[in-house]
Amino acid sequence: MTITLEPAIHGDRVSLLRVLGPAHVWALGVGIVLVGEFTGWNFAADKGGALAALIVCWVVGLLYTSVAMIDSEVTSTVAAAGGQYAQAKHIVGPLMAFNVALFLVFAYTMLEVSDAILLGDTIVAKAGVEGLTHNSFIAATIVVLAWLNYRGVLMTLNVNFVITAIAYISIVILFFSVSPWTQGAVLKLNELVTPGNALPYGWIGVIAAFQFGIWYYLGIEGTTQAAEEVRSPARSLPYGTMAGMITLLIAAAMTWYVCASMMPWEYLGITYYPLWDAGKLTGSPLLENLLFVATLLAAMASANGCINDAARAWFSLGRDRYLPTWFSAVHPRYRTPYRSILFLLPIALAFAFIADLNQAITFSILSGVLQYTFMSINIIMFRKKWPLGSIRRGYTHPFHPIPAIVLFCLCVVTFFAIFLGFGSQLIAMVAFYFLISLWFHFYRYKFVRRGDQFTMPWPKPQGY
Amino acid sequence: MSRYTPPEQSKAGQVFDIAVVVVAIFVALWLPLKLGLAGAAKSIDALDAKTWEALGQNPTMASIWEKLGYTPETAHDIIQNRFHYVIDWPTLIIMAAVLVGYFVFLFRASDREYRDVINEKFDDK
Repeated sequence: MTITLEPAIHGDRVSLLRVLGPAHVWALGVGIVLVGEFTGWNFAADKGGALAALIVCWVVGLLYTSVAMIDSEVTSTVAAAGGQYAQAKHIVGPLMAFNVALFLVFAYTMLEVSDAILLGDTIVAKAGVEGLTHNSFIAATIVVLAWLNYRGVLMTLNVNFVITAIAYISIVILFFSVSPWTQGAVLKLNELVTPGNALPYGWIGVIAAFQFGIWYYLGIEGTTQAAEEVRSPARSLPYGTMAGMITLLIAAAMTWYVCASMMPWEYLGITYYPLWDAGKLTGSPLLENLLFVATLLAAMASANGCINDAARAWFSLGRDRYLPTWFSAVHPRYRTPYRSILFLLPIALAFAFIADLNQAITFSILSGVLQYTFMSINIIMFRKKWPLGSIRRGYTHPFHPIPAIVLFCLCVVTFFAIFLGFGSQLIAMVAFYFLISLWFHFYRYKFVRRGDQFTMPWPKPQGY
Repeated sequence: MSRYTPPEQSKAGQVFDIAVVVVAIFVALWLPLKLGLAGAAKSIDALDAKTWEALGQNPTMASIWEKLGYTPETAHDIIQNRFHYVIDWPTLIIMAAVLVGYFVFLFRASDREYRDVINEKFDDK
């Protein structure tokens, strides 16, 4: 396919540019998620103890492996901006698509907010200057990254690739610097995680820890948002997503091992910077500074990817008239959904100033889990409406329907985990989605063209 | 099936719809914060004796706390700030009902809309 970088001629329909490869997909997915190793996952230790954080690292890894398998099949077949939104539109129906887009926008915008808060707090903690607040750093982060996204997706994801790689390498350097093969010198796992404190709340603490276990991997499914901008969706999306998942599983295991071997679980559960703290506790100024910089880079990469993804989901809503069409404009020169980027900017700024870190994380997790619940049902409907062989799939995931069932069951457990400690927030969020759904179904949907929403060259679904 | 032609929305109508969505987003995210409904349900189990031993910290743990700049007094509120997992059944049932009701509504209403989409898309062929 020919790639054109020139501005579209006036009067032509301006579309997003197909310029991305598998490395960009990897950078988008891992870039969004890797910050979870630098902060957030450790709140699982707060809810259930250090061992619970490890158990959920593996079990939630299984949840996300199911997400990646399901997503790779559906997205390599429904390759359109908006990712899961476009999937819902073609497989379940418009109202579901509207909700899925909101899940995406909230999950990514609140994740962006969390990243900006982390970045601001980390700089303030490093500076150690009395009276210095994180507000200016938060504002600068969000505005500069929004500008970067405004200017173009290729530049945005090239930046993400570099800073994500540096942040990842810092975890590997820390891991090998603390002699992971010996205990007692730097790492003291046996003395910090004892039979008496490994599961301080028992098994209910393990279930409660699922909530923040999600944070190890939340956002990997964001790779699908680039579907209209990758050169070969059928190849790049499954490859980039699966490679990203493997990368994250390795990073999560290394992070837990180092942090649980260096900090008491009560401290690990409340610190905002577990890896930076681990760097400090080694006593090496080089490692301390490396992990400080890596924490900032991971937060920047994540916020950068989140702005990219949230804007594309919002853009898709405008393009299909689910929201005013004003949002569907593509910049004539940079070919980015610039109005959506600018619209979401003040919302992110506002919440970065009024929410604290674990509240913003919980908002993001809630929207994420609602979306995964949809995905588990969506793949069953997809296979039923278009059985294997009826349409061309870029990738077919194995063992169907086991990943869907596993994903659904783990989502139910995670809802229960959120109920344990954050139940009011969950009810408030679902009440919002319910009310906005009524608004869409009974009012807004009248502005939507019916048949035009179905854009895939597929036969009529079975059963309709 | 005849093609559905949506009404043209005025500029004022578009602005109003954007305002509705923005207000809804802020209410959903800001109200729980304002009402104190957001955040972890934790409380401090206070101890009279504030020593590392009373706080359940062995010598290795105590040395790390001290390296991090804490004393038994300053670490007390962190160590003793605990979740108390008591399952409140009425709230759990309400939460489950809200979630199930939401998803049932979503799938049923979506299916009704989807049938219109499919009929219009494929009846043209």
